[in-house]
Amino acid sequence: MNRIRRTLLRSASALVAVAAGIIRPAFALAAEWNKAAFESKAVGDALRAIGATDAQPSKDVSIKAPDIAENGAVVPVEVTSGIANTQAIAIVADKNPFPLVANFEFGAGGDGYASTRIKLGQTSNVRALVKTADGKYFYAAKEVKVTIGGCGG
Amino acid sequence: MAEPMKIRATLQGDVADVKVLMSHPMETGQRKDANGNLVPVHFIQQVTATLNGRTVLDAQWSQAVSRNPFLGFRVRGAKAGDKITVAWLDNKGEKSSIDATVTPAS
Repeated sequence: MNRIRRTLLRSASALVAVAAGIIRPAFALAAEWNKAAFESKAVGDALRAIGATDAQPSKDVSIKAPDIAENGAVVPVEVTSGIANTQAIAIVADKNPFPLVANFEFGAGGDGYASTRIKLGQTSNVRALVKTADGKYFYAAKEVKVTIGGCGG
Repeated sequence: MAEPMKIRATLQGDVADVKVLMSHPMETGQRKDANGNLVPVHFIQQVTATLNGRTVLDAQWSQAVSRNPFLGFRVRGAKAGDKITVAWLDNKGEKSSIDATVTPAS
């Protein structure tokens, strides 16, 4: 009787563990999606939510983006960080409804480089924030003029 | 998803340059469909990349990343023949992933 109860309890707790999300496949080790940061509507709030309020400007962070984007729905942005121990690169579009666009965190071997295409609602400063292993932030910004806004509507 | 992901991983010295093209609507939730109804927000939230099983990139995205997202990243210490896997997860829990072998630049 005890043996049956023990087996039952053991499988039940395993089930609970899975249900509780303690055992999660694939994306279990990925960083949590920072809801507070991504849902911030003001640049200052978004920067605060990722801990980048004291970011220092740096010439070692370079942003490659068009001066004028004909299509605000597809604006190529390429960020290269020449700063040692770059751990993450965040892309922020000051005038977007939700300024934080993307955050790239690098594991061992990940290089301080990220390239993607983003939507810009209107002419805006695009910022690249680089986080180093000691938690410091550096940034560079570039103004991208947008003729046709790309956020929808 | 319309077409599968495309990926290319080329070795430049000891750095693998990886380019990925994903297929995803990346809806902002602000667009209206033909009937004037708002299309609900639907976008890739998380992208991870591994080199031979070790995580090298862990990215979080917003709906402001463009439709059919392009992603370029680099990995140091890669060798020809290494396996790169890129996987994404969207806000509805849908997932996709693709593998590539690092090939030397021709």
